[in-house]
Amino acid sequence: MKLYCLSGHPTLPCNVLKFKSTTIMLDCGLDTTSALYYLPLPLVHSPRLSKLPGWVSKDGTVNLEKELKECAGRVFVDSQPEFCLPERELLDLSTVDVILISNYHCMMALPYITEHTGFSGTVYATEPTFQIGRLLMEELVTFMERVPKAQSATCWKTKEIQRRMLPGPLKDAVDVWSWRTCYSMQEVNSALSRVQLVGYWQKVELFGAVQVTPLSSGYSLGSSNWIIQSHFEKVSYVSGSSLLTTHPQPMDQSSLKNSDVLILTGLTQIPTANPDGMLGEFCSNLAMTIRAGGNVLVPCYSSGVIYDLLECLYQFMDSANLGTTPFYFISPVANSSLEFSQIFAEWLCQNKQSKVYLPEPPFPHAELIQTNRLKHYTSIHGEFSSEFRQPCVVFTGHPSLRFGDVVHFLELWGKSSLNTIIFTEPDFSYLDALAPYQPLAMKCVYCPIDTRLNFHQVAKLLKEVQPLHVVCPEQYTQPPPAQSHRSDLMLELQPPPVAYRRCSVLGLPFRRRHERIQLLPEVLMNYK
Amino acid sequence: MPDIKVTPLGAGQDVGRSCILVSIGGKNIMLDCGMHMGYNDDRRFPDFSYITQNGRLTDYLDCVIISHFHLDHCGALPYMSEMVGYDGPIYMTHPTKAICPILLEDFRKITVDKKGETNFFTSQMIKDCMKKVVPLNLHQTVQVRADKRSFLNLCYLKYKTAAWIDKCRPDILITESTYATTIRDSKRCRERDFLKKVHESIERGGKVLIPVFALGRAQELCILLETFWERMNLKAPIYFSTGLTEKANHYYKLFITWTNQKIRKTFVQRNMFEFKHIKAFDRSYADNPGPMVVFATPGMLHAGQSLQIFKKWAGNEKNMVIMPGYCVQGTVGHKILNGQKKLEMEGRATLEVKLQVEYMSFSAHADAKGIMQLIRMAEPHNILLVHGEAKKMAFLKDKIEQEFNISCYMPANGETTTVTTNPSVPVDISLNLLKREMALGGPLPDPKRPRTMHGTLIMKDNSLRLVSPEQALKELGLSEHQLRFTCRVHLQDPHSDTDTLSRIYSHLKSVLKGYAVQHLPDSTVMVESIVLKVSSSAEEPDLKVVLLSWCFQDEELGSFLSTLLKKGLPSAL
Repeated sequence: MKLYCLSGHPTLPCNVLKFKSTTIMLDCGLDTTSALYYLPLPLVHSPRLSKLPGWVSKDGTVNLEKELKECAGRVFVDSQPEFCLPERELLDLSTVDVILISNYHCMMALPYITEHTGFSGTVYATEPTFQIGRLLMEELVTFMERVPKAQSATCWKTKEIQRRMLPGPLKDAVDVWSWRTCYSMQEVNSALSRVQLVGYWQKVELFGAVQVTPLSSGYSLGSSNWIIQSHFEKVSYVSGSSLLTTHPQPMDQSSLKNSDVLILTGLTQIPTANPDGMLGEFCSNLAMTIRAGGNVLVPCYSSGVIYDLLECLYQFMDSANLGTTPFYFISPVANSSLEFSQIFAEWLCQNKQSKVYLPEPPFPHAELIQTNRLKHYTSIHGEFSSEFRQPCVVFTGHPSLRFGDVVHFLELWGKSSLNTIIFTEPDFSYLDALAPYQPLAMKCVYCPIDTRLNFHQVAKLLKEVQPLHVVCPEQYTQPPPAQSHRSDLMLELQPPPVAYRRCSVLGLPFRRRHERIQLLPEVLMNYK
Repeated sequence: MPDIKVTPLGAGQDVGRSCILVSIGGKNIMLDCGMHMGYNDDRRFPDFSYITQNGRLTDYLDCVIISHFHLDHCGALPYMSEMVGYDGPIYMTHPTKAICPILLEDFRKITVDKKGETNFFTSQMIKDCMKKVVPLNLHQTVQVRADKRSFLNLCYLKYKTAAWIDKCRPDILITESTYATTIRDSKRCRERDFLKKVHESIERGGKVLIPVFALGRAQELCILLETFWERMNLKAPIYFSTGLTEKANHYYKLFITWTNQKIRKTFVQRNMFEFKHIKAFDRSYADNPGPMVVFATPGMLHAGQSLQIFKKWAGNEKNMVIMPGYCVQGTVGHKILNGQKKLEMEGRATLEVKLQVEYMSFSAHADAKGIMQLIRMAEPHNILLVHGEAKKMAFLKDKIEQEFNISCYMPANGETTTVTTNPSVPVDISLNLLKREMALGGPLPDPKRPRTMHGTLIMKDNSLRLVSPEQALKELGLSEHQLRFTCRVHLQDPHSDTDTLSRIYSHLKSVLKGYAVQHLPDSTVMVESIVLKVSSSAEEPDLKVVLLSWCFQDEELGSFLSTLLKKGLPSAL
């Protein structure tokens, strides 16, 4: 049994498991942090961004002023943003039989894998994962196609220039040649046409050789961990799980018991922050800004934590006497995301599930919409510009601050210290995200809410389910670089976990001894 | 061999009160627990005394599975669980769990509050009963008291026309047969037909009554009419009766993922339940002049608002009633569909039926074509028909047996059908042995050719293992005994012993192509592991004695050789 590791990002994994002559891809996450090296794509012409000086090396020998711009003391690439794809050269992707998706954040690279590689297999995902994943892909494509940029910059990627000449952090970017621009809607549709929907605890037979089963993982709507098993061997794939009581169905831990190998990915990215505490801080900062007459900008994904934020604010605003403050949710898929969240009752926690039996919508944002306190728009153009009132709270994407409507709000509100931007998504470093907007008068608050398992929870979980071997990204086997003394922020296991990095090929440590066959009763009768 | 026993307590050669007992692998499972709309006495519910005469059912039943929320599939549930007594799990899907208690409460109100019956289940009983419900997803597998059962196979095979199923080859497929003899037009045609009829009646100034059950088909028909009204710019009012309307629509929306693909896809673009043309119905509207369309519950005209409106409108031939589903025997709906023109009402009054009666099957129940397709997809070993009229069932049974050549049963209520299953026995084979055997067969396995393999079956601690003989000997601490067969064949061959041996060698060489035939220097011939020697006595030098010796594993080849040699050597050598 072999594991090919195609992604180095611990929360956006892409691994391929070869087991009993089947080839199973586990997730295909798209690392969008590479977009941070690019200039923002403004929705409305920005004189500031268009007048930036080009970059020329100090000795004047290299002139890349068309591709690179200097902005707020840093160098950015001026082109359509590109994303870091899973490794495509490590193995022939046309041999992949199936792709198992664990949650909608971990499927964003799907079109790159299924299209133009000769892939002809099936993708398995739950219905919410499929529907919301589609929305997020649609949103990404719309963000890109709305502000087309003719230029695609490649000269700066030349090794001699990038490594030797360029200033940091661009200098330290890795695998730049594998970066690609966004896919098209047509590619998204084609990729998604390969998805076969599955339900939790449904047993799917692959070629009669192995059986795969999605389990509830508690992280997001329809998020799952997967069991891959034959009659004698069991591999658990744990990705993006949560033990907190938010909106999704609770995590199924007991089904992970007795695994020979447990592949562990998607732990919290902010192990030092407590999500509940962050939520409190979010609310108090928001209230403070609104009371002072400022606006609050929340860069976020269009599904996931935003549902919890809205629910929290639904209760909080009234108690804080701010009941009249309008919320705006701006995204090409805002309406769809809010509507879809209400119809996946069977994927929600007990508390929300019981509401639909009344029948009431499971999420209170339905009431916010009904009472006109929450309004959703496809973009800042059109109705929004005439309808919006200040002070207000705006939820919009993309959390990288490089594309989407959020770019406009930063240009609009950045100059006033009355306004506040509150970061809740943990995927991007907020300082890097803000870099091209500096100097910024707006207040910045960092309240990352990451509900995924922390090291303490995962240690307890592993103690309970007792896998023989644990495989995890190398980042989990040492403390975070910024907190190298915190030995509690890493996995300490006996036997030690098998660590992987991008492009690792691991031989997983177990031997198969038996196989199950079926005897016809007639054969057995002879032995009576 | 294990058996599966199936006994319908209701819906055996009948429509209504669906309730089927299945005994499988030592577990007893009840499929559905419905009521019969056509009766008002004991026959309304399935006969649970079949299970036990006294006491609770919990000891006899392992679980109850409800297929969907129609009362003829779940109407007897509170009676069974609370009044007869059952505390085990009741499985149903989420939408069923949501809607079932509402329909039960509605049913209770009509029976107790309106008809004044006593000794019926109460609201509290419905609530207590629903507490025993475990909601499931489609395709979910659940363990029933340590015994695995796939619920997809059991419950959802039934009752859904557009149901999608795997080729799961069940031992027995239990399917309803309400529409056993009907083959319906495509849904599109039916919808067009429906709109045409409604439109014609409205044009004439008539009133159209559509008796429906609160949920499901009703919402789809509403959407259909709403769009038609919009397109044709019609002004006649459409009403939807019962207080359930809004609630029902709300349910429908929250559970939209369980409906068909088309509605599911368009739900974001347009809120389908904000109807422009469809308004809530008030009792007084029935007497308003001019054309109108009214959706009213219940669907079989056996009680409630739909029956009241029917009574009011029945006398006018301009009016029309469209029955969008099946009606069980004994209901007004059934009578008028059979062309009855005079109805006896309560208090000896008679009602003359002059209005047009139209029947349009929009019911979700499978038609003959659907059932045949279901069978083709699932490839079951046996079929069992329930929930249909005896005559129609018999017709379908013949058809199934002819077309698929599999046994088809249609037991009456209380009659047990036993089906013998043919389970295979799982055995753990050692991978070494499997690989060794695979290697013998060449690089690619040939799935079409049977192969004999040599192994030892060890039965120990309730497990079966197939291992190589050597390993078995080692494990069991036995030493190997070799079994050899020896036989003498007499040959008349006027040559020297060595020549005879050479002649045998060339003969075998030419016959046994592909075998290792060797002529060894110690004047023996070896064919695989078989040893051949030739000797003769001094008295009769021409009578050669060929000695053959082979071990047990080569028995086949050995006996072949001895027979071959008995025939003598060809003279041409």
